Amino acid sequence: MKTMELPDPVSRRQMLQALGAFIVLAPAVAEAAATSTAAGAGAAAPMPMPPRHPGELDAWLAIGRDGRVTAYYGKPDIGIGVNTAIAQIVAEELDVPVSVIDLVVADTALTFDQGGVSGSTGIQRGAVPLRNAAAEARAVLLAQAAARLATPIERLQVRDGVIASLDDAGRHISYAELVNGGAFDRKLDWNGVYGNGLVATGKAKPKSPGQYKLVGTSVPRFDVPAKSFAQFDYVTDLRRPGMLYGRALRPAVAGATPVSVDDASIAHIAGARVLRKGDFIAVVANSEWDVVQASRAVKVTWSQVPEPFVPHTELYDYLRKAPVVRRVVDKSAGDVDAALAGAHVVSAEYEWPYQSHASMTPACAVAEVTAEGVTVWHSSQKPHATSQGIAKMLGLPVEKVRSISTTGPGSYGRNDAGDAAADAVILSQLTGRPVRLQGARSDGHGWDPKGAASVHFVSAALGSDGKLTAYRYFSKGFSRVEVSTSESKPNDLLAGMLVGFDNVSAQEFGTPEDGYAIPNRQMGWETVPTMLRNASPLRTSHLRDPLGPQVHFASESFIDECALAAGADPIEFRLRHFTDARHVAVVKAAAEKAKWHAGPPGARRSRRGKLLVGRGFAYTPRGETLVAMVAEVEVDPATGRVWARHFVVAHDCGLVVNPENLRQCIEGNIVQSTSRAMFEEVTFDKRNVTSVDWATYPILDIKDCPESIDIVLIDRKEAPPSGAGEPSTRTTAAAIANAIFDATGVRMRRAPFTPERVKAALRGAGIKT
Amino acid sequence: MTEQITLNVNGHEHSFAGDPDKPLLYTLRDELGLNNPRFGCGLAQCGACTVHLDGQPTRSCVLPTSAAKGKAITTVNGLGTPEHPHPLQTAYVEEQVPQCGYCSNGFLMTAAALLKVNKHPTDAQIREALSGLKCRCGTHMSILRAVKRAAAAMKA
Repeated sequence: MKTMELPDPVSRRQMLQALGAFIVLAPAVAEAAATSTAAGAGAAAPMPMPPRHPGELDAWLAIGRDGRVTAYYGKPDIGIGVNTAIAQIVAEELDVPVSVIDLVVADTALTFDQGGVSGSTGIQRGAVPLRNAAAEARAVLLAQAAARLATPIERLQVRDGVIASLDDAGRHISYAELVNGGAFDRKLDWNGVYGNGLVATGKAKPKSPGQYKLVGTSVPRFDVPAKSFAQFDYVTDLRRPGMLYGRALRPAVAGATPVSVDDASIAHIAGARVLRKGDFIAVVANSEWDVVQASRAVKVTWSQVPEPFVPHTELYDYLRKAPVVRRVVDKSAGDVDAALAGAHVVSAEYEWPYQSHASMTPACAVAEVTAEGVTVWHSSQKPHATSQGIAKMLGLPVEKVRSISTTGPGSYGRNDAGDAAADAVILSQLTGRPVRLQGARSDGHGWDPKGAASVHFVSAALGSDGKLTAYRYFSKGFSRVEVSTSESKPNDLLAGMLVGFDNVSAQEFGTPEDGYAIPNRQMGWETVPTMLRNASPLRTSHLRDPLGPQVHFASESFIDECALAAGADPIEFRLRHFTDARHVAVVKAAAEKAKWHAGPPGARRSRRGKLLVGRGFAYTPRGETLVAMVAEVEVDPATGRVWARHFVVAHDCGLVVNPENLRQCIEGNIVQSTSRAMFEEVTFDKRNVTSVDWATYPILDIKDCPESIDIVLIDRKEAPPSGAGEPSTRTTAAAIANAIFDATGVRMRRAPFTPERVKAALRGAGIKT
Repeated sequence: MTEQITLNVNGHEHSFAGDPDKPLLYTLRDELGLNNPRFGCGLAQCGACTVHLDGQPTRSCVLPTSAAKGKAITTVNGLGTPEHPHPLQTAYVEEQVPQCGYCSNGFLMTAAALLKVNKHPTDAQIREALSGLKCRCGTHMSILRAVKRAAAAMKA
């Protein structure tokens, strides 16, 4: 044990808070500590602490004199309770109550780059070094206790952070006494990787799932009480001394750049002024309301540029005809052409629009740029990447940019948060003052990175045995990453592009996942040119379960169409093609729970008064996580309204860490993905995005919320947790579309399934509306 | 355009020199330093800014401050505290409702007003009352459960 003195836990916590760290406390502690000032108070934040090494136990865990445990976790919790699960995992390995765990999260000065929030890896990968570190800490402390208590380790037990002899109740010592305010000074074996793949391993073996007492239980979320009592501060609530308020100005025609500014237009607002750096232009003022008024009043003359877009009404025509930038065949087996020739072929095309994160509030960030460096608070999912991109944009070493993810409005991938961070940094640099920047609603909807629009072409050959003999699946769409999934490069930032970093879009798309054994298979994709290279309001990036909803809407709708062609029940048809027992199990679990009535698509059709009722099925893997879903819809032919009223979901994501939280997470996935399937579509004309608020970009209303979502959790304790933040998002659209077909005989091949579109489709099929 | 304004917020009088035309949301945040309510859209479309004015849920982002003079303004902080929670807040915790939680204001304040006038709302009545409020994380199922749980608790 090192003799270096660490501050006692309370002052350590206060010190971290004074440094602007975002600390997640167990609810009881949070009340006592009155965290409402967490990130906002205190003197100007000093620059990062000395860099530490992921191969040090002390970099992951500290135990204070009061027995409280501080764990350092590199990923933020964007609202689905990952922090609480991480605390559970650490507490489990240490054998301490979860209420003694404090988490320092997502701060480049205090935590490592664990890849940020991405790919539903918060637990499956992000927890790994913390689990190992906690297990190592427990082993170190047990060894020390054995010496102190003169008792063999085998005769010691740990309960609630106290190590006691099994034979002599008088012999015990607590973790806090053993650590005595010091450090562990213990090496871990680090794999040398930063990002999602960061692994640090100790000599101690973590518990086996059979030993778990805390993992697998529904520990209440740490953040819920504060959020329910309005005691929770978001990034929007952070105030720094001397802070100015800023808002970036965006052109009416995308791609236009500022030519001149009429300063007199905002002269009536005391303190308001326009700032420019390259083509980045913004107003700052002395209060939130002043900057709102200034942004409305300011007169900017913008350059004349060609209209950059085809309007959204011509989107799919554009996609079909557009030249191909990159073509990739990424799954190939057998000879598809030969197998399709002369066979019973089923073909269909599906379409999915651009979609917006449409986070609950336009992104907000607070930046403080001084001669020493940059501190920026934001709600980006990848704080380490944010610091890298901003550092490169400003020409600073990355160590000079401290980036802290604090809780913002829910984000579902790469939304507008990182762009706001860069905007705020520029304004703070230009003014020499702390700046809080936030856009208008139209900036959030209009200028956040979008989920990619695409068309999907699918065909298959049905053999005489009722099984698919060939399967061809191609998508054609905008690259899913016209800007990167993080802000690690300046040309992936709006501000970066506006100050002159030319965007070079990666050309990536993807293919759906499935477990179907089909002998001849060819799957791939083509990307098309971006319509506007730099600072486009339609630039794509990752939106929850990137590509998952669109490619599986197509693939799982198509399987339903194949089942129809085969005259088969859609579940039984899928089971014909499985070889993996886990896939069979999850599908059967959903079917049984839903009391599925077998029969080909259309067989479950019924009427409820004037409403047409049907049930649809879909199933999707996402890596190791498997989801099977039955949706029941009511279709009102008079209005075209579809109510996805009931869902049954079977969900297998390996070991379940927190069942109740997992259920809530799955519910959120299903409701949000129902919204995306039924309501959400970014609209645009030739000049710019026109879906710029909740009226023009409708999302699911509580009236359209399902009546029931029955969830079957398949808890496979032998398998590591494989992620749940996204997998059930990709299943929903096809389940609903298949249910609409079951109810009406009408196949929806274009999302979203709005009332107008459904009504038109019903009319087209001769159904009285 | 600055004048002396007195507002009653959560039972406390606040007097200050302010702009009567400024939307109440910004007055509460800028002048009184309250972090609730929240800015979501500024268009009265989402409800994140909801407060009660004399018990009526009101979108403070579009309401001039002058319109709140002489009225009792209640924010979520005034609805209840951890020591003396409103049944809805208790239910929010028990049902683990919030994900990002940014929408909580609108749903809590609107549902509280509903439960005041309708002690036994049906599912349809709850949906009707909460219609128009935005929740982006998709926590609607747990919101509905929480409102029903609160109604049951208030009945008991």
